[in-house]
Amino acid sequence: MDPEERLCADAWAKSSSGRESLNTHSNNRSFTDFDRQQQKWQDSSFHGYGVRTDQQFSGFNRPFGAENSVVPNVNNQRQMTDPHGKQISEAHESNNMQNWDPRAMLNNLSFLEKKIHQLQDLVHLIVGRRGQAMGQADEILVQQQQLITADLTSVIVQLISTAGSLLPSVKHTLGSESSTSQLGQFGGMMNQPAGVSDNVVLQQNNNVNKVEDQSDPTGIFGNEQNFPIEDHEMKSDDDAEEGENLPPGSYEILQLEKEEILAPHTHFCTICGKGFKRDANLRMHMRGHGDEYKTPAALAKPHKESSSEPILIKRYSCPYLGCKRNKDHKKFQPLKTILCVKNHYKRTHCDKNYTCSRCNTKKFSVIADLKTHEKHCGRDKWLCSCGTTFSRKDKLFGHIALFQGHTPAIPVEESKGAGPSDQGQSIEAANKVEQLDFNYKLGDPGRSACQNVMDVEGSGEDPSNYFSPLGFDSSSMGGFQEFPRPLFEDSESSFSFLLSGSCDYPPKNGRYNGSNDLE
Amino acid sequence: MKKQRSVPESSFSRFDLLSEEIVFMILDFLEGNPCDKKSFSLVCRSFYAIESRHRKFLKPLRSEHLTKVLSRYRYVSNLDLSLCPRITDASLGVISGSCKEMLRSVNLSRSRFFSHAGLSNLVVNCSNLVEIDLSNATELKDLAAAAIAEAKNLERLWLVRCKSITDIGIGCIAVGCRKLRLLSLKWCLGVGDLGVGLIAVKCIDLRSLDLSYLPITNKCLSQILELQHLEDLVLEGCFGIDDDRLAAPKLGCKSLETLDMSSCQNVSHVGLSSLTSAAGSLRQLILSYGSRVDLALAVSLQNLSMLQSIKLDGCQVTCSGLKAIGNWCVSLKELSMSKCVGVTDEGLSSLVTKHKDLQKLDITCCRKITHVSLAHITNSCASLISLKMESCNSVSAEAFVLIGQRCQLLEELDLTDNEIDDEGLKSISRCSQLSSIKLGICLNITDEGLTHIGISCSKLKEIDLYRSAGITDSSILPIARGCPGLEMINIAYCTSISDSSFMALSKCTKLNTLESRGCPLVTSLGLAAIAVGCKQLTKLDIKKCQNIDDGGMIPLAHFSQNLKQINLSYTNVTNVGLLSLASISCLQSMTVLHREGFTPSGLAAALLACAGLTKVKLQASFKSMLPRRLFEHLEARGCTFQWREKEFQAELDPKCWKLQLADSE
Repeated sequence: MDPEERLCADAWAKSSSGRESLNTHSNNRSFTDFDRQQQKWQDSSFHGYGVRTDQQFSGFNRPFGAENSVVPNVNNQRQMTDPHGKQISEAHESNNMQNWDPRAMLNNLSFLEKKIHQLQDLVHLIVGRRGQAMGQADEILVQQQQLITADLTSVIVQLISTAGSLLPSVKHTLGSESSTSQLGQFGGMMNQPAGVSDNVVLQQNNNVNKVEDQSDPTGIFGNEQNFPIEDHEMKSDDDAEEGENLPPGSYEILQLEKEEILAPHTHFCTICGKGFKRDANLRMHMRGHGDEYKTPAALAKPHKESSSEPILIKRYSCPYLGCKRNKDHKKFQPLKTILCVKNHYKRTHCDKNYTCSRCNTKKFSVIADLKTHEKHCGRDKWLCSCGTTFSRKDKLFGHIALFQGHTPAIPVEESKGAGPSDQGQSIEAANKVEQLDFNYKLGDPGRSACQNVMDVEGSGEDPSNYFSPLGFDSSSMGGFQEFPRPLFEDSESSFSFLLSGSCDYPPKNGRYNGSNDLE
Repeated sequence: MKKQRSVPESSFSRFDLLSEEIVFMILDFLEGNPCDKKSFSLVCRSFYAIESRHRKFLKPLRSEHLTKVLSRYRYVSNLDLSLCPRITDASLGVISGSCKEMLRSVNLSRSRFFSHAGLSNLVVNCSNLVEIDLSNATELKDLAAAAIAEAKNLERLWLVRCKSITDIGIGCIAVGCRKLRLLSLKWCLGVGDLGVGLIAVKCIDLRSLDLSYLPITNKCLSQILELQHLEDLVLEGCFGIDDDRLAAPKLGCKSLETLDMSSCQNVSHVGLSSLTSAAGSLRQLILSYGSRVDLALAVSLQNLSMLQSIKLDGCQVTCSGLKAIGNWCVSLKELSMSKCVGVTDEGLSSLVTKHKDLQKLDITCCRKITHVSLAHITNSCASLISLKMESCNSVSAEAFVLIGQRCQLLEELDLTDNEIDDEGLKSISRCSQLSSIKLGICLNITDEGLTHIGISCSKLKEIDLYRSAGITDSSILPIARGCPGLEMINIAYCTSISDSSFMALSKCTKLNTLESRGCPLVTSLGLAAIAVGCKQLTKLDIKKCQNIDDGGMIPLAHFSQNLKQINLSYTNVTNVGLLSLASISCLQSMTVLHREGFTPSGLAAALLACAGLTKVKLQASFKSMLPRRLFEHLEARGCTFQWREKEFQAELDPKCWKLQLADSE
């Protein structure tokens, strides 16, 4: 266990700094205003570390616009940071255990020192690049600069966070969370991008469950999950906070206007006027308008008030007069978020314009609701004989248990499918058999059973095929013919025939076995 | 018969003086042998007509003859079609057309090839149906269940193994058949809590409910236990039922008399006690293959004051648990502990000394018990009627003498694979009521002991001497002579048995099952004697009797018209013999594992000629030799095939065989 852990720690140390730079990349690209996604991204970046200079790494970088030309830069950086990386992790570990250890402080200080050196190197590099870059295409130049900027950001963030942890005056406001939350808090307080502070948090988490993280290869595609997530957010129900009981006056009531609620976009580009549903998308868009929008500060999520500052809780009111969600209603119940307002307003006060294409009856005003319905529409429809349909089987059974004479109805597909085909088959089979049986019984009573079997061959019917390949020869049955059997007849004559024979044993016959067979 | 035939000559039948009711009453006494009624009906036209009107129960062999048979027997109310492998919708149409309101019960449990349409037809036309057995109709879907639901008067319904029926179908039945008293849903894997719950809500007259192996949980169990009249509840193998859920509400059905919770692995004494706490009238409790029978379980069942029978087969048993059962205030009549692990002399002895009224005891495979237990059993349970103690190997030979000394009411005794010797048999011969004795693999017994049994136990119906190597002709003779009511005998691998035994057994006219595997001395002559003498023969196993050839088959085909099942493997029977068997109209099952003497064409002819076959086991090499369409045709007729690769194995000495058996365990 121990050596394994150390191994992990080493791997971690090696990768730590470069990893951050990559993370900052992703920040630059604004793919990561979503925490989960970022985490995945980080996981994958971690995964990529051991083989950073490999082809895999470059492939990994490419979707984000990083060209191979960047790689030396990163390598360079690794050389520089390798020794420090270890210290970081050590520092973090010691932080975990005992928060204000002077030794850790010392470590942090030396780490800061090294970071400053690193920063200096980077700035040199930028200067050098500017000189070299004359002959290169603009695009590549931009990308390189972005990368360097990202590295720079990362180092600065590290500097700030480590320096922050040095402050002895900082109290553990969230004591149990220890340095993890503390660092995160710092990130927030110093107006650092939230993503970066998350990043620091993750560093420590990773110390614990690195192995699992490594095994997550899907992170590479993290960005693809952007779209379903949007849907998901749309769906969050405005009724969800029904149970919330805030005393009136303890929150601030905001009321948006109808037009504002129904507006397709809430975030607009100040330059070109393009509208976006989400702030993050706008920030992504802004990068296209110039370098000044590419700074980490510009790309960062708009900063949230730190929890230490007392802010009034915001609740929303529906602009529709008379609605329970309207602030003038006697039993006013506020809505929690803007999203709730939008969904509530559309569902309650707007026309239902989205019709289900499958059943053509259900209508929705929120497209996400339609999508949810379409997933279940037509499937598992539980039907009662009275015509009522249920989406759930237990509801149907509850209904049937309650009412006299109601019966579960069989789905139409089953009755269609099972009926004719089954029946057809069995009738067909029956004909086949009866044909054959008929053939057996054709023979005269005097003929032997063996010969009767032979009749099948002569009949020319379909069943004759059973015999033709057999080369069935009656002469081989010579022994059998010594026992001529009366053939089985139904008629009264056969009955009397049997009677006339002195029966020491019960008459045997297939046809007239009515009484023989009956027990 | 000849005498009766002379009556019409005087152109006056004295039987005409008898009213039909009186003749019916006479006919009621002819229930024993089906041939008797047949003979009666063959006497004259009027007898024929009377017999046709008298018959209420019909078990036809072939669906082809249904039209004729049903037009003859117009008053049939019970129709058992379990011998007809092929019942199509058309057959059901014939039945519903001719029986109409007369029909009260129909058994379709072994029939296939019908669909919901035929069922619907039957149910609509025969509105007085009270009993339907639809077991094994695995293809039937909810539509068929919906058809059944139209039978408003239905009281008893079996749907065993109807795997395609779901909650919806059961829901239809629950709503439609409100008078249901018995319902078996065993192995209906598509039915869950909802369907069963609805049954419990709608069919309030239910007396008996079998829910074995259903994926149900406690959710519906609480509803079931609210049924006011439920007497018999089977919950075998319901893995969804567990203690946690049972413990919560106070369950219990006052009317419950029989509860089967075997193989409910998730129920321990906690759940059981909460389940049985209110069931004061419980008479039989079956906990086979369940949780450990320890002190806690035994104590939790203490308050069942009406309990008469408990089955703990295959459970792990502790000594303290058995002692606690012994301390119950009730006196058990039946106790079954076969294959229980942990049954010791101490536990069993303390149990049986308290339950002196015990009538049935099963301690099969309790290998730890010795003569001490047997002494206690025989000492305290004098009224024992059935004792099964197969493979109690630690019981010494002397102990068996006690059985005959003290338990003389015994009717059923299973001593298979025990150390019993001639002295023991001699003592057991005092049990004059004995009707079934099993002495398979008892290597210490000889003719001497068995002769005593044959002389004294005249009521013997069943005797099993499987691999009891010490037995020869000289003890079979007194058995055949002394036990005229013998119905079943197993002399498999008693290698010294010869034709003279068969000749003697041919005097047992009631013999219906004869197993004589591996008796090389028996020839066709002996078999012919059996065929002539034992007209009731339905099962015959002559595997590995190499001296039986076609000469034995021909008399069999002539005389044994009741034969249903035959095993001819490794005999000298060939095409000819097999084909002659075709004239036995009852023949349903046939096993032929040897190849010698068979040509593909001969075999095909025989298979085609035996129209009633439902199950055929053949040597696998025949499969490739016969055309596929032949099998298709036979399968369409309702016959299933099984293929065996097994080669002939030479017989070992019985002692070697037993050692080998012990090794393999």
